[in-house]
Amino acid sequence: MKYLIIILSTILVNNVIFSQFLGICPFLGTSKKTSTALGMGAAVIFVLTLATLVTWLTNQYILIPLKLTFLQTITFILIIAALVQMVEIILKKISPSLYTALGVFLPLITTNCAVLGVSLTVVTKEFNYGGVAHMLSLGESIVYAVGIALGFAMALVIFAGIREHIDLMEPPKGMKGTPIALITAGILALAFMGFTGIV
Amino acid sequence: MSNNLQTFTKGLIKENPILVLLLGCCPTLATTTSAINGMSMGLATTFVLVLSNIFISLLKGFIPDKVRIPCFIVVIASFVTVVQLVMQAYVPDIYETLGLFIPLIVVNCIVLGRAEAFASKNPVWPSLLDGLGMGLGFTLALTLLGCIREFLGSGSIFGLTILPETANILVFILPPGAFICLGFVIAIVNKLKKESH
Repeated sequence: MKYLIIILSTILVNNVIFSQFLGICPFLGTSKKTSTALGMGAAVIFVLTLATLVTWLTNQYILIPLKLTFLQTITFILIIAALVQMVEIILKKISPSLYTALGVFLPLITTNCAVLGVSLTVVTKEFNYGGVAHMLSLGESIVYAVGIALGFAMALVIFAGIREHIDLMEPPKGMKGTPIALITAGILALAFMGFTGIV
Repeated sequence: MSNNLQTFTKGLIKENPILVLLLGCCPTLATTTSAINGMSMGLATTFVLVLSNIFISLLKGFIPDKVRIPCFIVVIASFVTVVQLVMQAYVPDIYETLGLFIPLIVVNCIVLGRAEAFASKNPVWPSLLDGLGMGLGFTLALTLLGCIREFLGSGSIFGLTILPETANILVFILPPGAFICLGFVIAIVNKLKKESH
């Protein structure tokens, strides 16, 4: 039940794009086509989960015992950069087909602030799932990361679907491209506000 | 000299990182709920941008080309940590409101973008000016957006009440307002750009 609440809250109520504003650059950059959006979404689900696992463990078993938590930002970004590079190399070797599908998106993920944002959030913020405020355990952190990534992928695919239709319209000249996309995202965010309060 | 001046001013308007280049959208949308928040975020980023540009420009002869991106990230992350600790100590209220977005300056595309595109190829003084110009351009755009959203959403600018509470449009300080507001501002900039050509 607790995990279900975390998943629902991260996908719908606190959607990473529409209410937390993380990962807007790839959101605007890779949402021109549904197929690209799906690829980026899958890559983010993969990397975000893995990155949260590694950074949570590093924080718990290296940074906290050595009293080095002020180095979280530096450590985490290096871990994420190295991880992305490693995933790229491993995928190329063991699954070339998956690599060709995700390949272009992987290097972009290092600078996707959702990844660093989530790894920092789960180790610094107290959450209130199941009555008492507490730091997230490893299991809860992973579920949180998966939920955020699913929310990101969902938002991206919905948005890409809408953009494909906008391309066929004739908006006012100045509105073409990014401005109309941003306003569409705003209206989508309004729709997502309707989920407030369900968990 | 005029060349240096150009390096400085291009970031302010002509190549404004947010309104023209569309870089660094996340903090732009998240921290502009009021003018003062937007400005603080802008200044924090400016600080990191200037110092990382200076250091990367100084170190450019020593950093091997192949590992330059990780090296840049380490330099940037160090300055971000400095900003984080200083803000936590002296302006805890603002630090609390900006929250996660202070450490996230590390992954702000503007900072890494300027390091890669400018500081790693140019001497120290122009790099400093470039960082300062870009940073102030960023601050300018954030403050502008903050003013608009604060005015529409809570009827005040920099905390100074102008409109009565009944005239507030709450949605503008909520997430959807951020997207819509940025969309309209960029549309206006696009229009002005076309007319000046």
